[in-house]
Amino acid sequence: MSKLLVPASSKILFLGNEAIARGALEAGVSVAAAYPGTPSSEVIESLASVARERNVYVEWSVNEKVALEVAAAASFAGLRSIAVMKQNGVNVASDFLLHLTASGTRGGLVLVSCEDPGALSSVNEGESRYFARMLEIPLLEPADFQEAKDLTKWAFELSEGIGNVVMLRSVTRMSHASGNVLCGKLPARSRRAAFRYDGPIMDSQAGPMISTPVVAKHLLHQDKLQDAVALFEKSPFNRYTGPARPDLLIVTASACSLYAREAVEMLAVEKRVGILKLATTWPLPPKLLTRHLQAAKKILIVEEVLPFLEESVKILAAGLSADIRKKPYFGKLDGTLPQAGELNPDVVAAAIGKILKVKLQKLPASYAAEAAKAAALVPVREQTFCAGCPHRASFWNIHNAIALDGRDGFVCGDIGCYSMAALSPATGYSTMPTLHSMGSGTGLASGFAKLAPFGLDKPILTVCGDSTFYHAVIPALINAQHNRADITFIVLDNAGTAMTGFQPHPGLPVSAVKETVPAVDIEAICRAIGAEVEVSNPFDLDRTGKILTRFLSEKGRLKVLILRQACALSPEKKGKKRFEVAVDETLCVGEACGCNRLCTRIFRCPGLTWDRTKKKAVIDEVICAGCGVCALICPQKAIVKTDLSVSPS
Amino acid sequence: MKKRMQKTEKNVILTGVGGQGNVLASRALAGMLVDAGYVVTIGETFGMSQRGGSVMSHLRISPDEVKSPQIPKGRADIVIGLEPVEALRVLAVYGNPSTVVLSNNRPVYPIGVITGELSYPSMEVIRAEFQRLSASSRMIDATGAALEMGNPVLSNVIMIGALAQTGLLPIDRKMFEKEMNKTLSADKLAVNLKAFDAGVALMK
Repeated sequence: MSKLLVPASSKILFLGNEAIARGALEAGVSVAAAYPGTPSSEVIESLASVARERNVYVEWSVNEKVALEVAAAASFAGLRSIAVMKQNGVNVASDFLLHLTASGTRGGLVLVSCEDPGALSSVNEGESRYFARMLEIPLLEPADFQEAKDLTKWAFELSEGIGNVVMLRSVTRMSHASGNVLCGKLPARSRRAAFRYDGPIMDSQAGPMISTPVVAKHLLHQDKLQDAVALFEKSPFNRYTGPARPDLLIVTASACSLYAREAVEMLAVEKRVGILKLATTWPLPPKLLTRHLQAAKKILIVEEVLPFLEESVKILAAGLSADIRKKPYFGKLDGTLPQAGELNPDVVAAAIGKILKVKLQKLPASYAAEAAKAAALVPVREQTFCAGCPHRASFWNIHNAIALDGRDGFVCGDIGCYSMAALSPATGYSTMPTLHSMGSGTGLASGFAKLAPFGLDKPILTVCGDSTFYHAVIPALINAQHNRADITFIVLDNAGTAMTGFQPHPGLPVSAVKETVPAVDIEAICRAIGAEVEVSNPFDLDRTGKILTRFLSEKGRLKVLILRQACALSPEKKGKKRFEVAVDETLCVGEACGCNRLCTRIFRCPGLTWDRTKKKAVIDEVICAGCGVCALICPQKAIVKTDLSVSPS
Repeated sequence: MKKRMQKTEKNVILTGVGGQGNVLASRALAGMLVDAGYVVTIGETFGMSQRGGSVMSHLRISPDEVKSPQIPKGRADIVIGLEPVEALRVLAVYGNPSTVVLSNNRPVYPIGVITGELSYPSMEVIRAEFQRLSASSRMIDATGAALEMGNPVLSNVIMIGALAQTGLLPIDRKMFEKEMNKTLSADKLAVNLKAFDAGVALMK
């Protein structure tokens, strides 16, 4: 049995995302849809693993907007549904979300956004909380694992109660942290779907699901939000701990409330500091806030990324009595807390210490000095493509083709593991100078290709992963074809959504719940729009290099190269070596090679290292994945590969 | 089990390089401790950091309270290194004079070291730093033992076995077997138990 289905009253260790999934199951969710994205993916993975037992329809959607649309259809038909995404996904879904919140919903619909303060696995620190304010929908933020489950369950009830989307925001340190959860009951029966649209236009349960008449429906939408505020005033998820009249009131939510609690303990200021931990962070319940602001001398708002909560508290305070307005407020806006990056207990303790003029007990100075000396000995560990990664070979090919062409061509980047080619230029052999949102590499390339008459006449290349292709690249690719953009478009097809953990995508014949489904062929789509298409294996350096060189020299049209090779960490490849690779020390001439240590200094595979005493290249058998590409690049043929798929005769 | 409950909180950091099984090891440890009645909080860094980068799991073991998923600086009680320089990286930030260190001795070289831009300290230097910055430290050849068993990734389970043998945490072979039984098939369970035992043996 999956641990997600443990009986009521079981106490179990759940990942934050598993707790959210269990909460959805306890609420009787019928439909779950998402596009994978760290740190959100485990919610849907967990639900997919119990889809059959719990009669839940679970899908990996092509992108976040479609995921929300799939979830909304279920809600219109009276079912409870959930759409899950990372912070960038809310941007993708936002066009539909704007219209959806205007039409309202029926069955409980929860939008889960798992965000990434500090951008631990992202290329931005995006904030979706402002969407809740802009679109006038309730925002909930769990502060621990138990709450991640309980609040998710309640979010469905709230959504159903007010007839609109409820947004639940998690962060990496909640979604990807784990803790004890006491489980509740799973419902015995699932709902039946029925979609009514024969009632009057203003009838939210039986009329058509549209946003018109706009002003009348907007007012109704706002009334419903006030119903939520009334519930928030009494919500047991908003909790205060501390003295009745604190010197300092901390207003906080999410993982930040755990940092705040720990910081107060570290400074031993429990008698002076109170913590108001909010789970309902938009709209704020005014009466609750007023009571606590009234009782405190000073106020500190602790949150990550933008000062959303701080602004909300200050806007509220501005309408209150003069003595509340005039109190000192601390947070991000005055620089007491950093305005970017994630928080931790130390940062929060420093902020409290500064306000209360209390010092944190420090380690002995001699220890701190020794620790600093030790830290200086530790080499930086730069992120890089894994041993055996097809992207290393692909960028090797791309770099060499650009160099041979000699006109300083460059690659517009996109989102996936291959983004590392831009984050650490040496990883992509300094070929990829742009990196933005999913699909934007192709759009940018389409634009760069039109700048030749203005003097920017260079080969323009762009890359995208297989999953990204479906998610957001297709419109940009059609744009490039239709507008005659001269670009070399390369699909780095590694047979799955590799970066987030091998979720299937529309190119694969398998669904989220492992059913057989039709695969949508990238090659056929590219041919159908009229582009020239070649397919190659990036480990075949010779053939791939020739195709790329030809593509760069042929001007005036869109050219597509699909580079197919499964990810080295994919379940079918992991732990299995295709080649046994070794360095023949009699052939390796070390630094005398003349290639400037191409193998270890330039190619940069973690499985191929340098023996400083022997001054020879050496394969690390523990790390090497056996792709055999390095054997092709050694000019001395000193790296020898033996095919392990061929049994010795 | 309850009578063995430790009253004080313990902060443990497991660290290594992406692909070494850090996350699995921390969840196995936490699962055992939750079953034993503790409130455990794990904070993990994975995702992009897993691609050849440093990975770190913070385990907070408390008799009664959810803790911050990030351990404050200088407050680790135990540092477990699946990779030696990663253990030193963590110790220099989270260590204090009473920290205990248990580390694998097999390096995974950062790219900067492979290219020659950076240098990797010798095992003697790392050992000396461990001694300077901890109450006690131990380095074992977990990867070597794992390679003897035919799979280098078993080094994570070997480290759990070694940790159990130190007696620093209330965990034993029986609890490990129960935890592994939740998810593993019989043949995989046998391999993992063998790795656990190898870890115990390395500490004797």
